[in-house]
Amino acid sequence: MLGQTYRFQITSAMSLLHRASGVLLAFAAFGFSWWIMSIALGGSYAECAIAVTSSLAGKLVLFVISLALMYHLFNGIRHLAWDAGFGFKIPQVYASGYTVLALTVIATIIIWLVAMSGGAA
Amino acid sequence: MSAKFRSPLHQAKGWGSAKSGTGHFWWQRVTAVILALLVPYIVFLLACVGSADVEALRATIAQPWNAIIFTIFAIALFWHAKLGLQVVIEDYVHDRAMHLALRILLILGSLVGVLSAIYAIARIAMTA
Repeated sequence: MLGQTYRFQITSAMSLLHRASGVLLAFAAFGFSWWIMSIALGGSYAECAIAVTSSLAGKLVLFVISLALMYHLFNGIRHLAWDAGFGFKIPQVYASGYTVLALTVIATIIIWLVAMSGGAA
Repeated sequence: MSAKFRSPLHQAKGWGSAKSGTGHFWWQRVTAVILALLVPYIVFLLACVGSADVEALRATIAQPWNAIIFTIFAIALFWHAKLGLQVVIEDYVHDRAMHLALRILLILGSLVGVLSAIYAIARIAMTA
């Protein structure tokens, strides 16, 4: 990924992932507009949106979006903490990085447990 | 304050700081804080309601507070996404024509995205 010059570091990988997830979520924002417009128009438009979101491919896309959203949310809070001047020591940067990764997985699991238990997802 | 450090020619041409250099940084953080507050609520709300029942979704979004929260969310979302993609374009697209085209497309696309979402939320709120 980083060629021969740089060894893999969780710090640079997470920084790259923040941007990549952000780009993905920017496109997902247009998906949100399409979805809520379909719900607003109702009828066959709403049926189409529900067919998409309840299909296997649609659920997979929603899962990836939820994963990217939780990562960008928690890593974004990490960035805001840096902006406020907290957590710049190298051990703190690593600790907050692993915390973000753990929270991303936990929050994504909770979202889908809630969605599945509703029976509708 | 610093007028005496500028050459007369510089002053006459009106050049200097555009005085909007921190705007991008500031609004990216403001929208980030708004989204950090609203995303957990909206994700949890949608996960609870599910995406299969149109009438339940419409009734939920039509609740006054939800309609307002969804509208603020849509504005903050597209604003934040616009600022973020702008940086990505600035970093990676160096061809002048392509750069300008993408920057204009980004502004138009963001406007279409946010205005259609607000229209949809208003329509749900008034018809559900």
